Amino acid sequence: MLEAADLRCERGGRVLFERLSFRLGAGEFLRVSGANGSGKTSLLRVLCGLLTPSRGSVRWKGEPVAALREEYARQLVYLGHAPAVKGDLTAEENLSIACTLAGVAASRDAVKSALARFALPDDVPVRRLSQGQRRRAALARLALSGGVPLWLLDEPFAALDAEGIERLGALLSGHAEKGGAIVFTTHQDPGFAATRTLELA
Amino acid sequence: MLAAARCVVYRDLLLALRRRGDVAVALLFFVIVASLFPLGIGAEPNLLRSIAPGVIWVAALLSSMLSLGRLFAADYDDGTLEQMLLGAAPLGVVAAAKAFAHWLVAGLPLVAIAPLIALQYDLGAGLWGILALSLLVGTPVLSLLGAVGAALTLGLRGGGVLLSLLVLPLYVPVLIMGAGAVEMAAAGLGGGGQLLVLGAMLVLAAAFAPWAIAAALRISLE
Repeated sequence: MLEAADLRCERGGRVLFERLSFRLGAGEFLRVSGANGSGKTSLLRVLCGLLTPSRGSVRWKGEPVAALREEYARQLVYLGHAPAVKGDLTAEENLSIACTLAGVAASRDAVKSALARFALPDDVPVRRLSQGQRRRAALARLALSGGVPLWLLDEPFAALDAEGIERLGALLSGHAEKGGAIVFTTHQDPGFAATRTLELA
Repeated sequence: MLAAARCVVYRDLLLALRRRGDVAVALLFFVIVASLFPLGIGAEPNLLRSIAPGVIWVAALLSSMLSLGRLFAADYDDGTLEQMLLGAAPLGVVAAAKAFAHWLVAGLPLVAIAPLIALQYDLGAGLWGILALSLLVGTPVLSLLGAVGAALTLGLRGGGVLLSLLVLPLYVPVLIMGAGAVEMAAAGLGGGGQLLVLGAMLVLAAAFAPWAIAAALRISLE
């Protein structure tokens, strides 16, 4: 489904990676690991189309993503380093707004049950929640994005407790079983087998 | 697409509601700046009447610019702007919705309060209408042009000062036409011509600015 060909990325005059190619099919996990500053986040940003690679291209089902734009954006969920939640809004408001903007239909009940799945209070401004809970508020979107084939997750396990990691792991495995593709970066051992690993040096 | 635009406007209004202080600051700034001139210049009715349109418009301009810095910066910091770039709707639509929400929060209140300010300048009641009308047509242009500048200076160090340098010259035509409309009406010539030019500016800005904002956001987020 997702294909990266001969990617090269430069940030601030430094080459982060070059000649990077891979293919990712349905039901596959790709775990990207590497030291701090090795370009994991940049790679994910290139894959989702936020960053233009200095060489090479990313293709989705054979089409270059730069040409697809919103068409491609509808097929992916990208959860970046920042949790992408508004501190002044409640987890419920954050989640339903995020889903509307992503073009994912989510009823009020669906939003509530997704939040319950991540054990989040739905009527407290996210600002008052802890770091880990804020992370959960962002990740709750995955519970509603089952129909979106490609998940690109930047450090999804960071700041989560053991129970949260387990929940997220189950969610990821479930998505892969249903034929989704997942790319994620992590330092820690996620506790489940990724189909493939990519080590950035 | 419309759902996304509605959602962005709803979101920004909700955020403004949760942070009422920020909205009040811009509005108070407008009132205070516009009130300083009569205090500084003295109560000479003819002089005040003749400077009123220009001063009120300049105050509106500055007040509208005051809140521009936050337009994208807050969303940029917490990562929600990235999500908008990866949204299902074209970025131009989202950008237009953001500019519209900015106008609702920072422009529309000025229109409502301007007649009250005009009172301080002994501006005839007959001119309140045209003053409010010129602001009604002109302030959305300020929000649209300002959003382009805000998107361009996003994430830069000292972006706030740069933003004013970038945006204020672009505001000049709006200022000339807006204040001109009221002056013409005060001279008994009718400000219709200037209002029509302002309207044309609004149409042009509404048609092109959203795409410029979108392009600037893509560059700023690289």
